[in-house]
Amino acid sequence: MKILVCISKTPDTTAKIAFTEGNTKFDENGVQWIINPYDEWYSLVRAIELKEKDPNTLIHLITVGGADTEPIIRKALALGGDEAIRVDSSNNDSFFIAKQIAAVAKEGAYDLIFTGKETIDYNSSSIGSMLSAILDYSFVSLANHFDCVGNTATVKREIEGGEETCEVNLPLVISCQKGMAEQRIPNMRGIMAARTKPLKVVAPIDAIATTSIKKFDMPVAKSGVKLVAPDNMDELVRLLKEEAKVI
Amino acid sequence: MVLVYIDQADQQIKKSSLEAMSYGAAIAKQLGCEAAALVLGTVNDNLANLGKQGATKVYQQKNESLHSFDAKVHSTVIAAAAKSLLATVVVFAHNINGKAIAPAVAVKLEAGIVTGASSLPDTQNGFVVTKTVFSGKAFASIQIETPLKVIAINQNSFGVVAYDNTAIVEEINMPVPAPSIKITKVEKVEGEIPLTEANLVVSGGRGLKGPENWGILLDLAKALGAATACSRPVSDSDWRPHHEHVGQTGIQIAPNLYIAIGISGAIQHLAGVNRSKTIVVINKDPEAPFFKAADYGIIGDAFEVVPALTAAVLKSKAAN
Ligand SMILES: Cc1cc2nc3c(=O)[nH]c(=O)nc-3n(C[C@H](O)[C@H](O)[C@H](O)COP(=O)(O)OP(=O)(O)OC[C@H]3O[C@@H](n4cnc5c(N)ncnc54)[C@H](O)[C@@H]3O)c2cc1C
Ligand SMILES: Nc1ncnc2c1ncn2[C@@H]1O[C@H](COP(=O)(O)O)[C@@H](O)[C@H]1O
Repeated sequence: MKILVCISKTPDTTAKIAFTEGNTKFDENGVQWIINPYDEWYSLVRAIELKEKDPNTLIHLITVGGADTEPIIRKALALGGDEAIRVDSSNNDSFFIAKQIAAVAKEGAYDLIFTGKETIDYNSSSIGSMLSAILDYSFVSLANHFDCVGNTATVKREIEGGEETCEVNLPLVISCQKGMAEQRIPNMRGIMAARTKPLKVVAPIDAIATTSIKKFDMPVAKSGVKLVAPDNMDELVRLLKEEAKVI
Repeated sequence: MVLVYIDQADQQIKKSSLEAMSYGAAIAKQLGCEAAALVLGTVNDNLANLGKQGATKVYQQKNESLHSFDAKVHSTVIAAAAKSLLATVVVFAHNINGKAIAPAVAVKLEAGIVTGASSLPDTQNGFVVTKTVFSGKAFASIQIETPLKVIAINQNSFGVVAYDNTAIVEEINMPVPAPSIKITKVEKVEGEIPLTEANLVVSGGRGLKGPENWGILLDLAKALGAATACSRPVSDSDWRPHHEHVGQTGIQIAPNLYIAIGISGAIQHLAGVNRSKTIVVINKDPEAPFFKAADYGIIGDAFEVVPALTAAVLKSKAAN
């Protein structure tokens, strides 16, 4: 089986969110970059587990990004995976990114494509769904369990107030979330091995960007917390009813 | 025309889709065109009532096979309908199914898409939609450059608007591809309110010390008719089921009321709940960061405050 795992680079979860150039650009000053947690903890680790069960499995990682994404992709290779492909473009339009990944996926004839549930910076949750449409593959979103026997996968996905189990044939796109696997930490052997694993850089294919970011805004700050004495819960109930009007 | 996809669970229209319908109707008004609903399969609700959310027409594709959700099949049928009905804007709720199909529909229509939209588009110069980014810590205004547009609107960010209309229901008949997915099991937590659809949420953190202490929280949730949630360490330690975990790496919610009990308010936790309309924080540490994000705060011991709050809620309900 050939698996393609999509890896994106995001600011660390504690990064200070600020903007520059008249609020048109994310301020990268002092920001630490990490592998998007959904990609690292869930989709990549599940792909590695599948390879541990069946050593014939081939795992390729893909990222669409500039040269600044290389430390991230090396870290991903240190966790596992056989080789990585970087499509050299910093365009952040989802449609553009999906077209790039789909082009590589077509050429590599992958049986399975893993994405994360969403990136924690732009929160689009779009790439997986788009890939399935471009490639005409089946798609299961927000999966928290994946197994595969031969050509048939068993996948569990989140639904409102529960979960759904389904059977679906490969080829297949899956977007992964919590439950899929347990976070792993790269070990020394992995880090050493990653240095010599191939990281191929390819030029982007022609594709138009369908959206562009005009500006960023910060949410209006809360006016400040109103404290209620712990022995006066009647007052809290009154405030929630009459002031906030939420109960 | 603005076409709004109406999502259903167990043949019942989801609340988030009613919000999406209201939102689509408001866009249509802005653009000076009609708003229509698209329903796949049959539902128990009276479809003409979608007029109350501003639909003038409801297009229904009745095939039974569409009752079980299949992202590939649903996105194909929706895209075909949007094309044949000459929709210029297609609206989805940014809920579980919306996330699975809206981007695929955008690809099939060669339309630009904004997911997680938080307000009406600005159609004065171009078509600019505001969405939440960085897990609710900021907003981005995104210009859609294509003639056709797809928008997925955040849950609980627009509200349901009431109109005095009834919609005309019309059947359509798009080709339906063979199913690609076979659903073999559906497990629902019985009797509980789904977290993502809930208006009121009561949530607990490590401050409650252990699973055996959750009773006071469950009592409060029951008194309010609220869904329950928890912080990540709580679900990681299996004190509570994983589907209750909210935050950056869990579920993101935006209820009208979020009550946080014994949760410190780490930035990754806030990322999942900061779009809540009203936040109440109960914590014994006055320095807990959560108080900065709260509307109402109670500095005190949860084991005393929570039962007192439950009693006050019940007393107030009894008085009404
Ligand atoms: C990449 C990453 C992703 C993460 N994603 C998430 C996520 O999605 N969701 C999430 O929740 N966390 C997430 N975390 C973890 C997060 O950083 C915090 O560690 C976590 O939210 C803390 O949980 P807590 O508030 O329950 O526990 P604690 O931080 O231990 O806080 C417990 C609180 O309870 C209070 N308390 C104690 N006793 C009482 C009492 N008797 N009465 C009242 N109050 C009391 C304390 O004062 C304290 O404020 C993530 C972390 C990382 C690094
Ligand atoms: N630039 C990128 N390169 C590779 N994969 C990406 C990129 N952006 C997003 N993805 C993948 O798509 C998932 C969903 O991202 P998004 O749709 O942008 O929220 C991520 O978790 C990644 O797996």
